[in-house]
Order: sequence, then structure tokens, then C-alpha cells
Amino acid sequence: MCLAIPARVVALVAPESALVDIGGVQKEVSLALVDDVAAGDYVIVHVGYALTKLDPGEAERTLRVFAEAGLGPQASP
Amino acid sequence: MSGVRSDYIRPVDFKHGRVDMSHGGGGRAMAQLIDELFLRAFDNDWLRQGNDGALLPASAGRMVVATDSHVVSPLFFAGGDIGCLAVHGTINDVAMMGAAPLWLAATFILEEGFPLADLKRIVESMAAAAREAGVPVVTGDTKVVERGKGDGVFITTTGFGAVRDGVHVSGDRIRPGDKALLSGTIGDHGVAIMSLRENLTFATTIESDTAALHGLVATMLDAVPGLRALRDPTRGGLATTLNEFARQSKCGIVIDERRIPVRREVAAACEFLGLDPLYVANEGKLVAIAAPEDADRLLAAMRAHPLGHGAAIVGEAIADPHHFVQMDTSFGGRRIVDWLAGEQLPRIC
Amino acid sequence: MKYIDEFRDGEVARGLAAAIRREARPERSYHLMEFCGGHTHAISRYGLMDLLPGNVRMVHGPGCPVCVLPIGRIDSAIELAARPGLILCTYADTMRVPASKGLSLLKAKARGADVRMVYSSADALRIAREHPARDVVFFAIGFETTTPPTAVAIRRAAAEQLGNFSVFCNHVLTPAAIANILESPEVRDLGTVPLDGFIGPAHVSTVIGSQPYEYFAEEYQRPVVIAGFEPLDVMQAILMLVRQCNDGRAEVENEFTRAVTRDGNQKAKALVADVFELRRTFEWRGLGEVPYSALQIKERYRAFDAEARYGITCRSVRDNKACECGAILRGVKKPADCKVFGTVCTPENPIGSCMVSSEGACAAHYTYGRYKDVIKAAVPAAERAQ
Repeated sequence: MCLAIPARVVALVAPESALVDIGGVQKEVSLALVDDVAAGDYVIVHVGYALTKLDPGEAERTLRVFAEAGLGPQASP
Repeated sequence: MSGVRSDYIRPVDFKHGRVDMSHGGGGRAMAQLIDELFLRAFDNDWLRQGNDGALLPASAGRMVVATDSHVVSPLFFAGGDIGCLAVHGTINDVAMMGAAPLWLAATFILEEGFPLADLKRIVESMAAAAREAGVPVVTGDTKVVERGKGDGVFITTTGFGAVRDGVHVSGDRIRPGDKALLSGTIGDHGVAIMSLRENLTFATTIESDTAALHGLVATMLDAVPGLRALRDPTRGGLATTLNEFARQSKCGIVIDERRIPVRREVAAACEFLGLDPLYVANEGKLVAIAAPEDADRLLAAMRAHPLGHGAAIVGEAIADPHHFVQMDTSFGGRRIVDWLAGEQLPRIC
Repeated sequence: MKYIDEFRDGEVARGLAAAIRREARPERSYHLMEFCGGHTHAISRYGLMDLLPGNVRMVHGPGCPVCVLPIGRIDSAIELAARPGLILCTYADTMRVPASKGLSLLKAKARGADVRMVYSSADALRIAREHPARDVVFFAIGFETTTPPTAVAIRRAAAEQLGNFSVFCNHVLTPAAIANILESPEVRDLGTVPLDGFIGPAHVSTVIGSQPYEYFAEEYQRPVVIAGFEPLDVMQAILMLVRQCNDGRAEVENEFTRAVTRDGNQKAKALVADVFELRRTFEWRGLGEVPYSALQIKERYRAFDAEARYGITCRSVRDNKACECGAILRGVKKPADCKVFGTVCTPENPIGSCMVSSEGACAAHYTYGRYKDVIKAAVPAAERAQ
């Protein structure tokens, strides 16, 4: 359930909205549920609202965990 | 049509006028509309003769006829409108039979109150599309329905074409081992339409891919006269067309997700709305099935044509008593690509 | 698409699949429930089952808010839409759900009801502003992910005194559903439905955080791994669950750290708490009455509550006798166990809730799973020719 996707904030639009971009498609979404969003941030968008900011550091870390898990028992943490 | 003496009548007001019941009444108002709009736009020898039908030359080859009704909403969209869509759609239906389209007939059902400015725009777009394709609209009809009984305008186009000798294009000719080719990116038209529909607006550069494909088909038949099957994946998208082929030919079809071209923005818009591009409509693309030894030659011919520059071999037919369409996902898994259950709608879940 | 494509990498998937195969102990099996319909959809769409070893089995849970919406509530939505002049705004997901008398919102629309598909609650507000003389009702469904957007809309309507706008609230709660499954006799006492662990919902958890699941892990001694929606997320979560099972651990782990924290989205939770309160009980299609599992609009915002405004009382409508959705939603039965599956009940003609939404267990199985054994019998022509 709950189809939501990560989108890049292109610009803030007063008072509580932002223009976001996914793969070249842009849409205006509400920022009513999040704080401290700036252009360049990534947010998770669901039904026209940003639900949360995406943490790029954690995203990188997660991808590394995937890669390490695939390497075999000696590489797993 | 009765003889109308133009010096007695004020010209049709295409700027502010609207369709009313008299335009379908068979009298002067209708004749005038036909004269000032339809005849002027489509203008050719048949129409100038002024009969209710068109006398066509005898054909040396096997004839194909195809007909299609167009009820698209919105009427105007990025890359086209209902008018050129109606012309392209029927030209393509004829071409998908392996025929060269020769003549078109067009009927209009107009809703009372429909703005004449929009009608003019649509008709002129149709005329331009027909001229560009080299396929004249030789006859037609107009009716008006009361307000509330139509969606602005419904257009039905019927196309006639001739099949060259030696060409037999039909879905039931597909055999296991045949290759499936796609002429270009999928999902463009459906996404362009959906981006305009109320409550789903987003800003994109996606345009409908509506186009007349008969030139591409002619090039393909020149290279591979023994082409097995052709179809344009319109409503229901590529998935529906492949399922139709599978059912007709009693084969299975397997496609490779990685080989299917999808524009970045189309993929992104589908993500937003929870749609699968495989089921989204196209209006300027075709699927071709060819014998395996012909596939590379066919691909080269398609890529050499402007409407096929993005062509790719996307899969093949296999022996399968269940006639499934399956897809090898970029993941290494395999999944069924089933018939669509009703029109695909966006989802939140 | 950044943060999407990287999480769909086929190469990495193969590595994760190999890791799962390595670590899943051959002498046992692992029954993992993916609670959330979005995960069911990802598993189907990417053919993840093909990459898992045979002893790792996925059980589809009831996390599909469309599937668990009772027929009676849809009947009420249809009745609202049929009121002269009223505009019913709804997410597209509900349009085709079959209700009583062979109706659906789509069919009601065909009969003249003004039903409008919207992408967002904000669109419903806009329609209310554009049509001040007409009543506009927003048909609100969904779990905790979708509830905050409804809360924002109601507060906005209150601030603007948008008197013609109201909400028909059908928001439901995830932890209550999980508890219902774990409390079912088959799981708790009889052990006839083995459930070794849960894949926790992705976007619900961005709002509620990972904390609410700690109770379940502790009380029922089952591991929970919260996973993102992309296929690599799901595979990593399966690997983490297999490891927990092997280690005998029952913890809450978070795979979706890029979007989920322990506390979740405090701002969103506060907005929801301002607008909504718990219903003492709520009927879930297939699960029956579940206590404290759904939300209603608070007294303060009652002017925007469609149930109060229109005096809606929903009848409890029983599912078709042959329908096994209840058992399937609880993971007690499989779609293939249902007598009407694939015969009378199909995606084109859904009888029960599990077939209605594309991510319902039956719909997913119909589209993908029912051919699984048969697929292996289809031989590519090239192989056959040799």
C-alpha cells in the first residue's frame, strides 16, 4: 500500500509547497507534513504530500550493505 | 448537398459560433458548415464533385478496410488532437494489415453547443494529417446530437487500402521462434493524455507520439515481404497487443524488460501514478513479428526510418500451450504479463 | 531516477539472492509475512519469488486498505455520490471495488453520480473552493501514510471555513491489524499457520516510526524488519529476517533507514492527533470487528465529518459465502484454496476484497502465482529444436 516515491525538491513555493522533480517530471507537492526542506533535498512523496526527507547518507550506507551481503560470509558485518 | 448560393448567406462564425441542431438538419445551415469547413479543409476532386459518396478506381490488388471511432478526452493535447489522432489511427489500422492506405472516410457526431473554433481547429488538423500522409478524405457525414448526449465531438474514420502481392500479415501466422520487434518508446501517448486530465496535472515535456506509420510499414515490407504480423499497441498498451498475438497464434511470447525502450519522463510519470508502462497507450508505435532469420534485416530497415529510429528486438514467440505472455525482468525473475482487467487507473496503494 | 534505480539493480539482487540461499538453513522453512500490499506488488512485479530458495515462503498480509474496506462503507460512499448536487472525490483505487447490488463507484458514475478521481486530498479542497454551492465529500481511505494528508485537508478547510467540504473517514491502523493476525487462533494457539517473521510496511513506518512494532516483536516473539518498497529493500529484509530466525532473535530492525527513524514523523503524528481519535471498533472486510483499529474525526472538526453531516449509518454486508478472503487476509488460507478463485472470482469480476486491488493476495496470485508451476513446462523453441 501507500505508493510513495523519492523526489528532488527543485524550488520552494510559498506558503507551504514545493516543486519536486522525478526523472524530469515535475509536480507541486505540499510541505505541510515536513520541516526544514530546502531546494536540493530529496523527499518521499505520497498523494501530493512530502512525508519525510530522505537521508542520503543512510541511502548510501544501505546500498553498501546490499553489496557487502552479496559478497559472502567473510564480508558480512 | 443542395446548391448554396454564397452571396445570400453570412459566413459561418468560427470565432464565437457554436454547433446547434440546424447544423445537422440537412438544410442550408448544414450545407454551409460542410462547405466552409469540411470541404475547404479537405479539398480534393472527390469532394469537389459534390456527391454523397466517392467513386473510386478499380483496384488491382486485395483490398483492406478498417474503421475506428475516436472519443479521446481531452480533445487537444501535447503532440496532437482528436483530429490528427483519428487520421493516424485508421491509417495505422490499414497499414497493420500490410496494406498501403489509399482513401479515408470521416464522420462527425457533434454535440449541440460545441464551439466552432474548436471544430475548425480539429478539422484543419485532420486535413493537415491527411495531406501529410498522402491519404485523402474522400467522403463523410455530419450529425448533431442534443446537448448532454455527446462528449463534444466523436469522430469515426474508415480507411481503405491495398495489399501488395505476396504479403500476408496476420496475427495467426506467428510461430515459435519468431522474433518480436518494437518500433520505439512505449507509454508516451497515454502519459501525455493523463497529464492533462483533471486532477492529475504535472508538468512534463512528454508529447503524444501520434503518427501515421504507413511509410514505416512500407519500408519494412520492402525489406521483409514475409513479415508475419503487425499491430499498433493502442489502448491497453504493448501488453494487450502481445496477449492478442498470443491468443491468435496459440503461441507463448517472452519479452525482455531490459530491451523495451521507455523514455525517462514516461517511466517517472508512471512511477508517480502507479502505472505500468506496458499497459499504457501508444499512437505512433508498432509491434512486428518476423521469422528469426529476417529479424536483423527488419530491425535495420526500421532504424533507418525516422519513425523507427528507436526500434528494438524485444522478445520472441515460444511454444506454450497456455499462450502466456511473460517477461524476463531486469531482476532475473520472470513474470506473467497478463490481460488488463479494465482500464488501468492511477493508484495510491 | 535517483534513489529508485539503484535499489532495483539486478546484479546486486543476484548477490542478495545468493546470500539468502547461503544462509537459509535447508532443514527448516521460513514463513515470512509481508504485511503491506506495496511489498506484495513489488514481489510480483519483479518476480522475486524466482530468486528465493524454496524453503523461504512469503505469506501475503492484509495491508491493503482497499481490500479491507467493508462493502457497507462503499455502499455509503455510493449513496453519498448519488445525492443530487454532491461531488464525491476519491482516490482511483476505490473506483472498481464491487459493492452491493452489483454497483461500484465507477458504475455509479456511469449512472450519473458525480464521482471524481483525485490524486490528493488537496485536489478535493480545490474542487470544494471551485464549487461553493455544492457539497463536496472526500472519501478518505488508507493506513497511517495516507491519514496525515487528510488531517491537513481538514485543518485547511477549518481555517478557510470551507463549509461545503467534508470527509468520509475510513482510515485504519497498522498495528491493530498485525495484532489481529497474531491473535488469531490459528497463529497464536494452534500453530497451524506458521509465521516466522514480518516485513514491516515502508511508508506507514515513515510516519509512525519503528517503535510501535517493538511490542509485537516482544509479545509474540517474532522478528520484524521494516523494509523499503524497492525490490532490493525487500530482499535485504528477507535476508535480515532469515538471520534473526537462525539466531533465535525477535527484534525490530530497520532496513529502510533512509526514510524511517524510531520516532517517525512527529509533525505528521501531531496533526493526526489534532484531527482524529480512535473508534472503539471498526469492521474490516475479511477480519470482522477489530477493536481500536480505525479513526474517526474529533468533535472539534465534526462540521467536516461526512458521517455526522449526512447521518451515515453503514450496514454490515456479508461477503459471498464462497469467499475465503477473511482466511486469506489472515494468512490462514492461500488463494488457491478458495473455491471461486480464478473461476468466478477474477480481476475482471472480483467477488472478494483480495481480488479487487492489484496488490491483494488473490490478485497478485492470479497475475503471477497461478502459473508458476505451469511456466516450467513451457519450453523455449530453441531448446526444443535441439
